[in-house]
Amino acid sequence: MTTHDTRPGSTGGSDTPGPLYGGPDDDYTPEQLAAMPREDLDRLGARYDHVEVLHVDPGPEPGSAVEKRAVRQVGLTFALAGLSAFAFCVVYAGAGWFLPDWQWELGSSTFSTLYTPLLGLLMGLAFTFFGVGLVLYTKKLLPHETAVQDKHDGSHFDRVTTGATLVGGLHNSGLARRKLITRTLVFMGGGLGLMLLAPLGGLIKNPNRGNPLGTTSWAEGVRLVRDDGTPIRPGDQVPGSLETVFPAVPGGNRQTDVATMLIRLRPSQQEAAVPRAGQEDFGYGDYVAYSKICTHAGCPVSLYEQETSRILCPCHQSQFDVTQGAKPVFGPATRSLPQLPITVDDEGFFVARSDYIEAVGPTYWNRERI
Amino acid sequence: MARTATAPGAPKTLVGKAALEVDDRLIVAGPLRRTLNKVFPDHWSFLLGEIALYSFIILLLTGTYLTFFFQASMTEVTYDGSYAPLRGVEMSIAYASTLDISFDVRGGLLIRQIHHWAALLFMASIVCHMLRIFFTGAFRRPRETNWLIGVALLILGIFEGFAGYSMPDDLLSGTGLRIMSAIILSIPVIGTWAHWAVFGGDYVGDLIVGRLYIAHVLIIPAIILGLIALHLLILVKQKHTQFPGPGRTEHNVVGNRLFPTFAGKATGLLLVVFGVCAALGGLVQINPLWLWGPYNPAQVSAASQPDWYVMFLDGSTRLFPAWDIYLPGNYNIPALFWPTVVLPGIIFTLLLAYPMLERKLTGDTASHHLLQRPRDVPVRTSLGLMAISFYVVLLLSGANDVIADKFDISLNAMTWIGRIGLIILPPIAYVITYRICLGLQQHDREVLEHGIETGVIRRLPHGEFIEVHQPLGPVDEHGHGELAYGGAPVPKKMNQVGGARRAIRGFFSPIEEPQAVELEQRGEERGLAPADPHRELTTSGRPAEGGRPSDGGRPSEGGRPSEGGRPQEPRD
Repeated sequence: MTTHDTRPGSTGGSDTPGPLYGGPDDDYTPEQLAAMPREDLDRLGARYDHVEVLHVDPGPEPGSAVEKRAVRQVGLTFALAGLSAFAFCVVYAGAGWFLPDWQWELGSSTFSTLYTPLLGLLMGLAFTFFGVGLVLYTKKLLPHETAVQDKHDGSHFDRVTTGATLVGGLHNSGLARRKLITRTLVFMGGGLGLMLLAPLGGLIKNPNRGNPLGTTSWAEGVRLVRDDGTPIRPGDQVPGSLETVFPAVPGGNRQTDVATMLIRLRPSQQEAAVPRAGQEDFGYGDYVAYSKICTHAGCPVSLYEQETSRILCPCHQSQFDVTQGAKPVFGPATRSLPQLPITVDDEGFFVARSDYIEAVGPTYWNRERI
Repeated sequence: MARTATAPGAPKTLVGKAALEVDDRLIVAGPLRRTLNKVFPDHWSFLLGEIALYSFIILLLTGTYLTFFFQASMTEVTYDGSYAPLRGVEMSIAYASTLDISFDVRGGLLIRQIHHWAALLFMASIVCHMLRIFFTGAFRRPRETNWLIGVALLILGIFEGFAGYSMPDDLLSGTGLRIMSAIILSIPVIGTWAHWAVFGGDYVGDLIVGRLYIAHVLIIPAIILGLIALHLLILVKQKHTQFPGPGRTEHNVVGNRLFPTFAGKATGLLLVVFGVCAALGGLVQINPLWLWGPYNPAQVSAASQPDWYVMFLDGSTRLFPAWDIYLPGNYNIPALFWPTVVLPGIIFTLLLAYPMLERKLTGDTASHHLLQRPRDVPVRTSLGLMAISFYVVLLLSGANDVIADKFDISLNAMTWIGRIGLIILPPIAYVITYRICLGLQQHDREVLEHGIETGVIRRLPHGEFIEVHQPLGPVDEHGHGELAYGGAPVPKKMNQVGGARRAIRGFFSPIEEPQAVELEQRGEERGLAPADPHRELTTSGRPAEGGRPSDGGRPSEGGRPSEGGRPQEPRD
């Protein structure tokens, strides 16, 4: 390599490295490296990376019984992995072609019920055999070496020199003196930050407009209908039974807060009933209607045990006593289920006398104020 | 400058020449060699975090596949797919497309179930990994940052999982979403505003599934991916911790180099994790949402539980008493707020702050790279067990209705068991763990001082019977061992110090002669060279250590019973 040696197409500048160039290439010439065996080169490089190989437990003797055995094991697992993978492909693609159809239908072939399990099994076997084969390979056929790598603490030299560069840059910027710039930077940063956050304001909506949490579709004269839309007469239910009813408005059976339980009390229950104060006339005869939406976390309270007059919410096990105005008697709920005032219209079907008089569903901060 | 084919060391093979071309352009040989030479310590518990990483890879792959078919829309349609029992039923497009993945996409059900199982495994391995880090003190300086990142990943994982299982809009996930809506509403002052911001209005609205979707497939995974990258970068930079043992110091890492041993094992583990998830995804049904039906706010199924990593919050919600707090001005703080917002807030704050708290309380501000055995730090270990018992009570309470049903216990009794257990079990766990730790510590010292119980009873000339103890090292004039406890496992059985010959190799049938093994071992004990000198390629710079550092706590020469395993003279 000489200074006259310019490359074709280059502008003729010098091609020699600067004086700061250095490193292991200066310590070892290509000739020296070429003369070293591969193991020594490996160790040499490792030493440059602060790694010392302390001990090598070589793998099994080439040609020994142990090696042959291990090779057979690894080969077997790899072969099984490949076999499983190909079998996966055959099952995956062959279903509906030369194998029965994979799509599950009521009363369809066993193959379609076994399709997914079969795919999972074969894919699982393929991956697992491959993985086990690799582990066997590593454990039984590779040399086991013990290496030590040095761990370095932070270097004082690095800290001091980096610090000098950073402080130097800051000093050159003159920001400490140029107060106008720092102050406008802070001002600008605040403004830009706010500006970037501002579009999130599109998410904010006023929950207090029109009291959506405190009102439902129930209103005076709205019929109580079943999920299929049929209205209910007082004689339709047997004593002790419960029916989920919805307001007779379009889509009423899919609205989130309207589901109501129409319960016909047994005579004994009716005798023991203690309605909430001011709600004594909310029922109709032996019928009472309570909101189905739990006052705790909003799940539908679905399990009615008529022997104990308890309604249980399956989510968090709040229990409400229907004879006591659906008061919570156990669990985390704190409020009674709101009662829907009901009566019967001219045609003899149940109707609501008004909306619920309190908010339905879970409690929130300003519920009492709305 | 031009290289000639005759230059020494010039590659002659095609691959070598290609490698030279690459390195000429990218100069990667140095960094690559450093990477290949990186030493990883070898302990099974260090693989727990890897399982989390690998299950995350599965989640990315299967999740991307699922996005080809899933439609995050709340628009109501009438189902007309392959699953006959639901044909003609009104449902959202989200639910219908999930049914299509399960019934009309070839292999779609497998991928969906693998995705779900991998999510459970992801969270489980994060928790196990975190317990390992906690109990061995691996979070201590300088690794507090990685602890913080890890806890952040755990929290993000919970949100990611919740968003994921809430998207299909089936009856179970809708119920979960309803509870989440109630939780947001329960936040004092801003609850309703927060709810309107998240749901775009009153529950449930049309927006939430789309928002959950983008959070689930882009926002949260991107953050998780970035944090995992940072987690690993810091790990590589700080190097791995290791358990104490011969040759292991605060300033080195003893183990295997990345290539090929560690790479082989890690890839093997990756594939086994893939395999287990695939097998689970095919063989073990998970979230069969066609059985739940579309979400209907008036319906719920009994035994509605969230996925396991959210279940502790469900448990706390079940256990917390009905304590609404009424404030002047007719405001109130719902009871739901405490177990679902405050409690996890406290739990995760404590978890995040633990390294700093411990540093403050113990005054231990030094850097640590050697791990601690849990028994050696009884207070931390006991605190950990206390936290675990608290968590397990919450977790089991999340399924208390199922337990009540299956074991025929009163449901209300289960609630009370949970409430009382939550308060009294943690202190009990603390005390018991503390005593066990002290007992284990003392036993370690006992063995170091008096030696291993050999099980050999000897009768002395005057008729006394004594048990022979095998000292682990040199002894003083009273026969007491002089070895100090070094934080490494102490061998407690004669087999661990070579009291018996090693097991004969071979699984069903022996593949070596027992006598040959015995002879070989006796030869080694006498310091004779092994049968084949070529098998030993040691170039150890530290002959004084006498043993492989990977042997764990196996003592050096002094611990070997002399004379072919026969115990030394009785002491004590």
